[in-house]
Amino acid sequence: MEHLSTIEFTTLIFAGSLLAGFLGALTGLGGGVVVVPMLTLLFKVDVHYAIGAALVSVIATSSGAAAAYVREGYSNVRVGMFLEIATTAGALIGATLVVYLRAPIIAVIFGFVLMYSAIASFGYGMEAEPDVQPNRIATWLRMNSAYPTPSGWKRYYVHGVPLGFSLMFIAGVLSGLLGIGSGAVKVLAMDRAMKLPFKVSTTTSNFMIGVTAAAGSGIYLMRGYIDPGLAMAVMLGVLAGSLTGARVLAVAHVRTLRTVFAVVIGVLAIEMIYSGFTGKF
Amino acid sequence: MAKDTQSHGAAAAAEQTDKRMDELMGMLLRAGVVLAAALVFAGGVLYVLRHPFPPVDYRVFQSEPQSLRTIPGILAEAKALHGRGLIQLGLLVLIATPIARVAFSVFAFLYQRDWKYVIFTLIVLSLLIFSLLGRA
Repeated sequence: MEHLSTIEFTTLIFAGSLLAGFLGALTGLGGGVVVVPMLTLLFKVDVHYAIGAALVSVIATSSGAAAAYVREGYSNVRVGMFLEIATTAGALIGATLVVYLRAPIIAVIFGFVLMYSAIASFGYGMEAEPDVQPNRIATWLRMNSAYPTPSGWKRYYVHGVPLGFSLMFIAGVLSGLLGIGSGAVKVLAMDRAMKLPFKVSTTTSNFMIGVTAAAGSGIYLMRGYIDPGLAMAVMLGVLAGSLTGARVLAVAHVRTLRTVFAVVIGVLAIEMIYSGFTGKF
Repeated sequence: MAKDTQSHGAAAAAEQTDKRMDELMGMLLRAGVVLAAALVFAGGVLYVLRHPFPPVDYRVFQSEPQSLRTIPGILAEAKALHGRGLIQLGLLVLIATPIARVAFSVFAFLYQRDWKYVIFTLIVLSLLIFSLLGRA
């Protein structure tokens, strides 16, 4: 690695990030969660630099995608804003914790979260049975809403606010600690605990990921974890890769591909955990 | 019946405001990402041209210098057209984009006289500003 010129290093990192962003979009896991193992395992980048670069790329893809989603009228602004209290507070704590954790520990935690995300991605798209009874807390918070379906607007009631809020706090901590969007935990909170319709939860979660990542990135930047030379190639690569991935996802049937990629990501997770335990970080 | 129509009208009006807000937010987000990517790209070109070899060994973590991790430092570096300063400025714009969306939501909820959510949004906004300014 030390003999690479800047242009060679940048090109390699850009190409790898492009692929990571593409995989992240196709699997629905997000670019950040794929780019960190790539940087640390393949390029031997210190995990602190890697999570700094990954988290800024998470903001870019989330904001880019949210701009496209926002017109469709699925996202629930009130649910999103209320839960952002939990995710931003969590992200501040997570990003502050990074200072006190050594690289191998971060790698092992990362590996387990990555493994969970890969397994959970098989269940994406399954909807919990919607409850028809309004919930007291959700009603007080004016969260009940409606979303467009082919047969007109459909009402839904939000549930499990305290549980959803707690899970979101954990999602925020993980986002700040690992430089990822924590999409898998957010889906768990909003689909399962709060029983939001799938389309509403995905678009709302996308909105929140950008805000959560911004909170963590602020701390990272001030602490000097964000190196411009690395973050530049990672951010542009992941952004381009995920935009391409989203486009492919819109036109192609990718069920088999998704399974293959989820397995690849599971292998990366095991590698992260193994390297962490054997002190290769 | 009349009351029902009225509440429907109010709901439809609220729906319309929500939709307009959503469109404005979408534009804001897209503009932020495009501006950030342009700054990062321009800074990246300058950086690659001026540094034949990477000035940082990424295998060993060392905190970035003050000039690349404080807002005044980054602004000064970017003004001097240093590649790395321009990249950091682009990343600052990127971080500021979702923050701007939250700030925008404060006004949107104020306009709707939804005080509960004005407060929630202000909490989120202060946490975000703290992350950029607070030296925790």
